[in-house]
Amino acid sequence: MNFDAFLPAAIVLSSMIPGALIFFLKEESHRLRTVLNMTGALVKLVLVIWMIWGVYDGHSYETRLTLAPGIDLVLSADALSVLFVALSTLLWLVTTIYAIGYLEDSPNRSRFFGFFSLCVSATVGIALSGTLLTFVVFYEILTLATYPLVAHRGTPDAARGAKIYLAYTMGGGALLLVGAIWLQALVGPVEFTQGGILGNAPEEIRGTLVIIFFVLLGGLGVKAALVPLHGWLPQAMVAPAPVSALLHAVAVVKAGAFGIVRVVYDVYGVQFAHSNGLLFALGIIASITIIYGSLMALTQDSLKKRLAYSTVSQVSYIALGASIFGPIATIGGVVHLVHQGLMKITLFFCAGNYAEALGVHKVSEMDGVGKRMPGTSLAFTLGALGMIGIPPVAGFVSKWYLGLGAAEAGANWVLAVLVASSLLNAAYFLPILYKTWFRPTPTQWPAEHPHPGRLEIGGALLWPPLITAALALAAGLFAAAPFTPLEWASLIAEREYGR
Amino acid sequence: MITQFLYGGSGILLFLLGTWSFIVHPPLIRKLIAINVMGAGVFHTLVALAYRGLTAPADPVPHALVLTGIVVAVSATALALAFGQRLDRDHGSSADDD
Amino acid sequence: MMIDLLALAVAFPLLGAVVVTATPSHARGLGLASAVLTTLTSLVLSLGVWRDGSVRSDFGGWGAPLGIGLQADGLSVAMLVMSNLVALAVSVYAGSYFSATARRHFWPLWLLLWSALNGLFLATDLFNLYVTLELLGLSAAALGALSGTRAAVAANLRYLLVGLLGSMTYLMGVALLYSRYGMLDIGLLAEVIEPGLVAWTAMALMFSGLFLKAALFPMHFWLPPAHANAPAPVSAALSALVVKAAFYLVLRLWLDLFDPVLNASVANVLGLLGAGAVIWGSWRALRAERLKLLAAYSTVAQMGYLFIAFPLLVATPPGLARDNLLAAVVLLAMTHGFAKAGFFLAAGLVQKTAGHDRINELGGAAQALPAATFAIGLAGVALIGLPPSGTFLAKWIMIEQAMIQGLWWWVVVIMLGTLLAAAYIFRVLGHAFNREPTPYRFVNDARTEIPALLLAFISAFVLGLIAQPLWTLLDQGVLG
Repeated sequence: MNFDAFLPAAIVLSSMIPGALIFFLKEESHRLRTVLNMTGALVKLVLVIWMIWGVYDGHSYETRLTLAPGIDLVLSADALSVLFVALSTLLWLVTTIYAIGYLEDSPNRSRFFGFFSLCVSATVGIALSGTLLTFVVFYEILTLATYPLVAHRGTPDAARGAKIYLAYTMGGGALLLVGAIWLQALVGPVEFTQGGILGNAPEEIRGTLVIIFFVLLGGLGVKAALVPLHGWLPQAMVAPAPVSALLHAVAVVKAGAFGIVRVVYDVYGVQFAHSNGLLFALGIIASITIIYGSLMALTQDSLKKRLAYSTVSQVSYIALGASIFGPIATIGGVVHLVHQGLMKITLFFCAGNYAEALGVHKVSEMDGVGKRMPGTSLAFTLGALGMIGIPPVAGFVSKWYLGLGAAEAGANWVLAVLVASSLLNAAYFLPILYKTWFRPTPTQWPAEHPHPGRLEIGGALLWPPLITAALALAAGLFAAAPFTPLEWASLIAEREYGR
Repeated sequence: MITQFLYGGSGILLFLLGTWSFIVHPPLIRKLIAINVMGAGVFHTLVALAYRGLTAPADPVPHALVLTGIVVAVSATALALAFGQRLDRDHGSSADDD
Repeated sequence: MMIDLLALAVAFPLLGAVVVTATPSHARGLGLASAVLTTLTSLVLSLGVWRDGSVRSDFGGWGAPLGIGLQADGLSVAMLVMSNLVALAVSVYAGSYFSATARRHFWPLWLLLWSALNGLFLATDLFNLYVTLELLGLSAAALGALSGTRAAVAANLRYLLVGLLGSMTYLMGVALLYSRYGMLDIGLLAEVIEPGLVAWTAMALMFSGLFLKAALFPMHFWLPPAHANAPAPVSAALSALVVKAAFYLVLRLWLDLFDPVLNASVANVLGLLGAGAVIWGSWRALRAERLKLLAAYSTVAQMGYLFIAFPLLVATPPGLARDNLLAAVVLLAMTHGFAKAGFFLAAGLVQKTAGHDRINELGGAAQALPAATFAIGLAGVALIGLPPSGTFLAKWIMIEQAMIQGLWWWVVVIMLGTLLAAAYIFRVLGHAFNREPTPYRFVNDARTEIPALLLAFISAFVLGLIAQPLWTLLDQGVLG
């Protein structure tokens, strides 16, 4: 088999095989497990870099497995999938380091890391899916792989959260399945194609296609946490911090958002979606979600819940970008896929650190943490500023392009949404920053676990947020340089609009 | 011809009676008897089918089937009775209290 | 060479049954040996059919309509492969599961059942089918009562009687057909059968007998107690294989014999009963308090899906789409065989460790046995129909075809059943995450855990992804 036809599969397998092996490890074989984890992560990174070069050179990679006549499982690489794959791979590496540090000496690590690896394999599979069927397959596998992670702690709370998570995602999965099959029954196998495949759809099935769009959107919207399908996200906060980080930045919500982008651009085609009013509907839903998520975040005292609602709001920028007709807004939405991931994972790492080192779980307990944990707090501050959209952190770039795109498309109400949401972002993040840096340190923390050594907390927990924060900063500072997320997003937009 | 019809007809009648009895009567032992009545009906019918007039020899195939069928039915009845006895012994009551 | 293989597939287990009865002290070793031999024979036979097309042999040179013939085509071979692999796994598992005394009773009956099963898949005439069906029912009921508890004996006595009712009804149908056409070979009958009162009545009798044995709703009442109270390896075989044999026979008669007699309304009745089974079985599984009862009701539901395929098959014109649909049904049956066997074997381990199988109190045992819990999870994936299981592929094809034909009602039923299945599977898995001490290792007892895990793995990962050979296989004499 030639290598080009195997590379996409190899990228998926590079985490799936270590994951499967890890299940069989004895609980105390700590070193072997770490070696397997890191080998998988690094091999995947190398393969992905290889693929990025290839795609940039115009190479095409495709793994095709025929399941039944007319039903193919296809993994292939285009610019959009490479962007998501690169994000997942990079953040998986970082999160694995963090998780190894975070779960030191906690029970059931073989199970945890096994599912953790499967979860990333599923995400990468989603990214590389070349057909709607393949997408559905990995989308469901993702649900399966994340359920044990959410339930991992085994407390009654965790069981409840996991149950709610499952109910939402299974329902969403069922909708997506029905939508996908319906579409296939109507137009044949659905391969993701730049510019969409429905441009020439006969007039008489257009009405049905519009209905199918909303069925698909219902299925994807659950994972993307579109209001009113977002209810699981705050509940899933019971998961351990690395899981929350992964869920919010890379895996689950991103899979939903990515799916929406795929369906809009590569199935329906942006022209078709625009002329049939689908974009407008999507824009309305996204806007409502953005505002609602921000408002809910304002009222949360629990730090992780505030971050969760912030995710609800921020991920919808991606859908918003997709919903505005015009390449510039597309760039904004697509690039936010990466930027939000970098910033949000930083914030969750930091939240995990506060909880781990000081027992701080609530915003009201965060007075003066900046002096006690300066490294973590620095990362947190960068992430938060980025979320608000303050230059030069990456979030600013996304919002700039979104705003520019909206203005270009004459959608002034989108500008209003952006301004309102930025103000709300500031309203729920700035008080935290103020408390962190400018309030006096209390005499006693809720539950302090002193760390022996020079650092404020173990290196495996400190470096990941610093690295991701630095990446978020760099993505904003050097946005115009080659191989940045912005450059890729521009490439994608160019290809989608056929220029 | 009439004889064949009578045999066959009564076979079907027995089969129907057995089925009716199986469905209507809850005690398991009565169901077992009903099964055997049904079996007798089926075999009856098969034997009647074999008849090809006074001059021609009877069709051997249905006879072979009936012989096999009877063997199977007897073993099944034996197994069912063994089960029933087991229930009986274990509980001191009859198998049909279930 | 091929001719011998057909006979050997039936003779090996039969011979084994005789041998283990004669030398009970070596029951396990000899039993396992004949299990391996039988499986190998079936696999070689299947490989031959896969490559060269269907084979037939007539014993003693008599030939139809007088002699006894065996035939292997794509459909029978597909079921044969599934059954023999599952049966092999069950045999390995049972080798360690039973105590020495129970072993003596288990092996002869088990090999007899296996022989009947292989015979049923390979038989070509209606009366041989009756004999294998009856043997299957007898050995299955005897095996089911092996644990000797009152509940098990009572449930299996009922099972036996219902089975007898089913086979007597079937036999009456056969007698009717013989009275009209004077022959029993399916192939020959198919050439002469024509719609009419006799064919109709015969079909009704034969099918209703088989529905009883296949536990099609609402004739499923005997299944849950019988399957839930049997020893785990027996439950696995009963749920995965024995009811499947009755379904196979319905499909076989449908395709090969009654095709000219059938019409859409019969198919719709089957579909409706199937839909009832899916909904009712899944609902009862969701409400079940015991793990094995849950699995048994899940079998009722899963059998329902197989019958939903009939209205779809009738609605689809011959061609690629219908072939796909047919392959999907077979794939569904095969996947369920592997999945349910794996589920029951794993459930048996959990039950043995915990001393009971009340779902709400299983947390500790589930966590002490990661491999068994994992097997339940993987089998669950296949039972729900999540990717990449064979069930997913099969349901995809079925739903797509239903949509193309505009039969939305079946789509709703299938999706509802899928969601209910997810609910009852995860109700079990939800108990595996509590704060019990971390298990020391993944596999604790390889000889029982590995078979369960392998079966479940095949159902969840292998059948869905590598389904292509099934299409090739079914091209041999089944697909148009």
